[in-house]
Parts: sequence; structure tokens; C-alpha cells
Amino acid sequence: MKHISMTVNGDNHELLVDPSWTLLETLRDHLRLTGTKEGCSNGNCGACTVMINGRTANACLVLAAEMGGNEITTIEGIATQGKLNPVQEAFIKDGALQCGFCTPGFIVSTTALLQRDPDPSEVEIRTRLAGNLCRCTGYDKIVMAVEDAAAMLRG
Amino acid sequence: MPDFDFAQPTSLNEALELFAAEGEVRALVGGTDIVDQLKTGRRNADMVVDVKRIPELQRLEVAADGLHVGAARNLTDIGEFPAVRADYGGLADSSVLVGSWQIQNRAGLGGNVCNAAPSGDTIPALLSHDTTAIVASSTGRREIALSDFFAGPGQTVLQKGEILVELVLPPSPDNGASSYLRFIPRNEMDIAVVGVGSYLQLGSGNIVEKARIALASVAPTPVRARAAEEVLEGNVLTDDLIESAAVTAVEAATPITDVRGSAEYRRELVKVLTRRTLGICRDRING
Ligand SMILES: Cc1cc2nc3c(=O)[nH]c(=O)nc-3n(C[C@H](O)[C@H](O)[C@H](O)COP(=O)(O)OP(=O)(O)OC[C@H]3O[C@@H](n4cnc5c(N)ncnc54)[C@H](O)[C@@H]3O)c2cc1C
Ligand code: FES
Ligand code: FES
Repeated sequence: MKHISMTVNGDNHELLVDPSWTLLETLRDHLRLTGTKEGCSNGNCGACTVMINGRTANACLVLAAEMGGNEITTIEGIATQGKLNPVQEAFIKDGALQCGFCTPGFIVSTTALLQRDPDPSEVEIRTRLAGNLCRCTGYDKIVMAVEDAAAMLRG
Repeated sequence: MPDFDFAQPTSLNEALELFAAEGEVRALVGGTDIVDQLKTGRRNADMVVDVKRIPELQRLEVAADGLHVGAARNLTDIGEFPAVRADYGGLADSSVLVGSWQIQNRAGLGGNVCNAAPSGDTIPALLSHDTTAIVASSTGRREIALSDFFAGPGQTVLQKGEILVELVLPPSPDNGASSYLRFIPRNEMDIAVVGVGSYLQLGSGNIVEKARIALASVAPTPVRARAAEEVLEGNVLTDDLIESAAVTAVEAATPITDVRGSAEYRRELVKVLTRRTLGICRDRING
């Protein structure tokens, strides 16, 4: 086992992790943060998207043992003080989800996208979110929600 | 996943001692190849060494002898680096094609190279820039021309104990430019059916001073289309010359038929993508 200290959604965690544990299983099974989903487990679906030091990553392809000293943000860290973030509000308002399994990953990726570019074009939205798959919505409502969230955040 | 030991060295010397140990010691950068390969048993490891915290492997800078990119530097940083965008266009093109944004944030250039997939998207661009690989072990360093680096699908010439430290791309003059294109059936997130990286350097009167063409997904390793380069060099660049280079590039391809495309289709793609990348190089030089 390896000792690591990492921050998850602002809280510091001291953990003993097995080198073979992924960040995804560590978050879900050991820290009980089950908002981050496991779809494909091989980097294709984006359901497991989290931010590591402000950049998105597929948690299923990250070893927990690598994470010492890093700051992780999961879907549980997107809402602040019990209040939904504009990205979450826009997804609800626009009906950008059906089963909802892909939604945590989309919200984390969208949050990262809007931090980088507050006014992305449709092409940029579709390109930056290409690593998040949705089997239900057909994507158009997701794109609309991202555009609405961007407008809300710009104020 | 199978059991393995894990280390996270912060200096190159510390890392090289770890790699010198008995057994299967594997480097990890973004893990976007190796983690799944370990999970599914396609590769094994007694020890996994995270090399991302070694400063030399994070290098990204222009020096007198060219652009230095550390093996662990992520593709997002490389694709956004101003000197890469200005002078190494093919590398910028290919860095932002690898997987998704999530993948590019984590994946290292050295990971793409050392994974040695025939379809590795950054490799043709690197080959088109005459890249040199700087390799180190606990007993010393050596330089390997990237064109001599690949031994077969998933295989490099790295010896036990050796790791890739950095890639060096020689200076790219103002009269030179590169480009990379791949064909996939979707817009994003797929493995190249064919990829082509080209580099052109034009002298006065539009004479081709130097040409490089490299192909992905058409042979057991990425390959240079040397005969097509010779068609170009020393001649005035015209559409007809580009066309005959594109036709000649097909000779370097020994593609197979698989689920992604037939051998015949791949040969046609080599021609089309060679023609297009050469055109983009010309536009980039003139623009
Ligand atoms: C969903 C998905 C989509 C993808 N799409 C593409 C794509 O479009 N194009 C493409 O080319 N690839 C693609 N890939 C493959 C992969 O993302 C790339 O090959 C990536 O560049 C690998 O980099 P990494 O840092 O993650 O490598 P890692 O997985 O960390 O390492 C890869 C291999 O290189 C070895 N290695 C790493 N660094 C060194 C070193 N310094 N010295 C010696 N050996 C080393 C490792 O031991 C391992 O065997 C995709 C992968 C996924 C999961
Ligand atoms: S579960 Fe990680 S990308 Fe699908
Ligand atoms: S809402 Fe069901 S997968 Fe996206």
C-alpha cells in the first residue's frame, strides 16, 4: 500500500492506496463519492470525468497512487454550499439528460470548458465534449445547455 | 488489475536506478494506454514508475538546436505552445487529435511514441521534422533518430533499463512548414485509418529544398515515404509535382485489410492525404 495525501473537493484526504487502484474506484468505493460514474472503464465514454488540478481527466485511467499532492474536483464539488451551479441549472432547464448516467461527466467537462472559454462556438463545444458520450439525448440539448450556461455565467 | 509496485521518482537518476532493477519495470505518463493494457492483461508489470515528476521529462522549450519536448509533457500543453503552433504545425495538428480533451490533458508525447502503435498520431509529424529521441539508462545516454526507433507494432528499440527522456525537433526555418491529417470515419475519438505527416521547405523560385512524408496505419510501424520525398526535392513545387509525390507515397505503404478499412482503400487514402498535407504545408509557408 502507498500513502497519499490528496484534496478532493477542497477536503484533504490521507489514504493508503493499493498501486493497482484507479482514481475512479478510490473515489467511488473508498471515499464513497459515487457521483462520478463508471461506464466503459477504458477512456472512451467520459462518465468518469473529474478535474485534476483544474484539468479534466478520465478517472478510470488514473492510478490513485499518482495523486499525491493533487487537487481533485468531482461532480460533488461543482455545486457550492448546496446551490446548483449554472451549468447544472442549464442542464435541468434544457432537459439535457434522460437517464442521467453521462451527466456528471458532461457537467465536469462543461465546467472546465467554460473556465477556459466563456463563449465557445458550437464546434468548440462539440469538440471539447467529444470525450463524453451520451446514449440518450442525441447531444443537441446538451449543446444548448452548454450555450445557456455560458450565457448565464457571462451574466 | 494485477498487482505491481509503484514509484514516483522526482529526479532522472532516481528513476534510472528503478528502471535498472530486475523484472518488468514500466513507465507511466498519462496512463491512457498502459492502464487499460494492464487491466486487460495485454501488458504486464512488476513495477510501474510514474515519470511525470521528473523535471527533464517535462521540458518544453526552444533552444539553439531546436524544440525540446520532454517525454512526459502532456499533449494539451504541446498543442497550445506558441512555438509549436508557429513552427511545428504538424505536431500541433496531431497533438489535438489524440483521443479527447481528457486524454490530451494527461497523455504524454513520450507515451504516444513509446506505445509505438502503427496508428500513433503524433509520430508521422515527429518523423516529418527529423526528430531525435534522447534515451537514458543508469549506464549512459544515447541519441536515436526517431526513424530508427520503432521495431514493430507496440515495440521500440529501447533496451531493458532505458527510458525516453525527450524528443528534439531541429529548428524549423521560416521557409519550412509541416502538416498532419488523418482519416477516421467519425470526427473525433477514433484510430487513424491512415495518417500522413508532411514537411516542406521551399527555396527561391519555389524549389523544394527539403521534403519529408511519413505515414501511419499502413505498415507494422510508422514509415517514411522516401521515394516520394525524392520526387519533390530539387524540383519546382507545382500541383503536378504534388500529385506525382502523392502517387509515389503509396509505394511506401504495405497496408492490411481490417475492420477500419481495406488495403486498397488505405492506399487511396495515402495518396489523398499526402496531396492535402503537402498543399497545407505550401499554404502555411506562403501564409
Ligand atoms: C479513448 C482513447 C482514445 C485514444 N485516441 C488516440 C488517438 O486518436 N490517437 C493516438 O495516437 N492515440 C490514441 N489513444 C492512445 C493513447 O491515448 C496515446 O497513445 C497517448 O499518447 C499515450 O500517452 P500516455 O502518456 O497516456 O502513455 P502511457 O499509457 O502512460 O504509456 C504508454 C506506453 O509508453 C511507455 N512509456 C511512457 N513513457 C515512457 C518513457 N519516458 N520511456 C519509455 N517508455 C515510456 C509506457 O510504459 C507504456 O508502455 C487513445 C486512447 C484512448 C483511451
Ligand atoms: S469509465 Fe472512464 S471513460 Fe468510461
Ligand atoms: S442521458 Fe442517458 S447517457 Fe446521457
